[in-house]
Amino acid sequence: MVYPMQEMPLNDKQGDPGYEENLAAFEARVARGDKVEPGDWMPNDYRQQLIRLIHVHANSEICGALPEGGWIPHAPGFKRKLALVSKVQDEVGHAQLLYRAAETLGKPREEMVEELISGKSKYSNVFHYHAETWADVAVIAWLIDAAAIVNQKMMAEGSYGPYSRALKRICYEEAFHLTHGYDMCISLATGSKLQRDMLQDAINRWWKPIMMFHGPSDKESKHTEVLMRWRIKLKSNDAQRQEFLKKYVPKMFNLGLTIPEEWEFRYDEATKEWRYNEPDWDEFLNVVRGNGPASALRLRTRKLAHEEGAWVREALAAAAAGEHVPVPVEMN
Amino acid sequence: MSQQTIEQLKPQVKTAIVDLLYRLADDHLILGHRNSEWTGLGPILEADIAFSSMAQDKMGHALAFYRLLQQLGEPDPDTNAFLRSGDQYRCCSLVCLERGDWAQSVVRHFLFDEATRIRFEALEQSRYEPLAQVARKLRGELKYHTMHGQMNLDKLGDATEESHQRMQDALDRLFPHAMGVFEPTEWDETLAAEGIQPREAELCKTWRSQVADMCAESGLTMPDDVGPIYGGRAGKHPEDLKKLLDDMQKVYRLDPDSEW
Ligand SMILES: [Fe+2]
Ligand SMILES: [Fe+2]
Repeated sequence: MVYPMQEMPLNDKQGDPGYEENLAAFEARVARGDKVEPGDWMPNDYRQQLIRLIHVHANSEICGALPEGGWIPHAPGFKRKLALVSKVQDEVGHAQLLYRAAETLGKPREEMVEELISGKSKYSNVFHYHAETWADVAVIAWLIDAAAIVNQKMMAEGSYGPYSRALKRICYEEAFHLTHGYDMCISLATGSKLQRDMLQDAINRWWKPIMMFHGPSDKESKHTEVLMRWRIKLKSNDAQRQEFLKKYVPKMFNLGLTIPEEWEFRYDEATKEWRYNEPDWDEFLNVVRGNGPASALRLRTRKLAHEEGAWVREALAAAAAGEHVPVPVEMN
Repeated sequence: MSQQTIEQLKPQVKTAIVDLLYRLADDHLILGHRNSEWTGLGPILEADIAFSSMAQDKMGHALAFYRLLQQLGEPDPDTNAFLRSGDQYRCCSLVCLERGDWAQSVVRHFLFDEATRIRFEALEQSRYEPLAQVARKLRGELKYHTMHGQMNLDKLGDATEESHQRMQDALDRLFPHAMGVFEPTEWDETLAAEGIQPREAELCKTWRSQVADMCAESGLTMPDDVGPIYGGRAGKHPEDLKKLLDDMQKVYRLDPDSEW
């Protein structure tokens, strides 16, 4: 169900005389762990922050389908081919679920799609890079899906009901992607020299985007405090990154993979955390603003797909409205 | 007469079955591959998802036929799909053609699946039991595909001027290739005589009349004065297939002896 934005109550200090009271009640509810549902009172900022996050998330699913989708024709063997089509199909399905969740907050899908292809709204940093080899597909499906699962599992416990429920279903499917990705990486890591080198090369190129995936360090992240108070987000970016590293770095080492030296990765026994050289967050911001190596290509591809599909959407809308064009009379 | 098992097959019957299975397997693999080219790029998310799902089914069906081939002593499915050259493929030209626009893809999907439905209905009675079993097993999925194909034809056939024009153009362009699905081979008589599959011409006739009715119901006109495009069953394919196979096999061929 789509709730048009114009009809949404403007719950801010100007628009709502009882704002302070309502806000206190809202925050108390959220602190108790209650889920917020579409018709409930919510601060306008809460609505806007959620729309922003869900929109970016949906965009990421749909843009994430592109680098991997480009490798579907090249997938080596039936098993990989079937698993990859199924994975990319799931990602498109995730976009659909998420657009629907964002629609409950008053943002129509068509508007979100337009904002994506015009470059107005963002998507995950990792999909601004090219998938250059088959091993990139394996690394994306394993480590990027793993990093995404850390984030999505946390977000699934968040306060907004429709988003939380969509994420629970998404996490269920992501678990399969992870298994498929890990399995591909194991095959490559235990395969021929060509395959092992291909995999290590992919790790070398993808490690930076992966380290940036959970977003700027807590010192730099501007939204974190209010998002955590409203239980939109339950863990800081750095905490998510550590959770991911703790689980997956040992697995990488077990496969004989290494992390590029410039990161100076080391395990701190005292804090039980990984230490590394901080990523360049200016570079991250520059990439998500659309200046990554594949940013232009991604938007061009999305735009083209959208334009090529325009006549179909129009026709389906006409068909749904029961319209038919006059058909030429049969000759015989 | 009782049904035939692998051990009882006469050599020329076995050769005829192998040829038929290659045609079926290759058609399904190549069409599945083509349809999966839409994954992530469909006109709307819902259509994208449905088409991806059917592309997977098609590849899965191909796999079932390649496994039957393996039982008859042919190479394993991956070797067969990923190491054969174009002239060894036995698919029809309909499935080889480039993806084209959405109209081309949904019309191809419709024409091919109606042909498959009619063939599988016959194959369910095949005296070659392993094939009959597969045909029966795939009935449910295929039913979903044909439903989807007919629905697309219905909705897009006469919804807007543009959709009608695109669908009619696709139909005109693809129809001769679709007739090529039923290209007769030197094994037609053997297969028919042994009760393995009816003659191609016979299947084609049923298909033509049913498809004509469905097109008319959707506001489209089936071309009736065109001849079939043949060659695929003898290994002669449009250029499109070479490009497709280069794409499909390039990673696998980097290291054909390794697990990927
Ligand atoms: Fe996803
Ligand atoms: Fe995923």
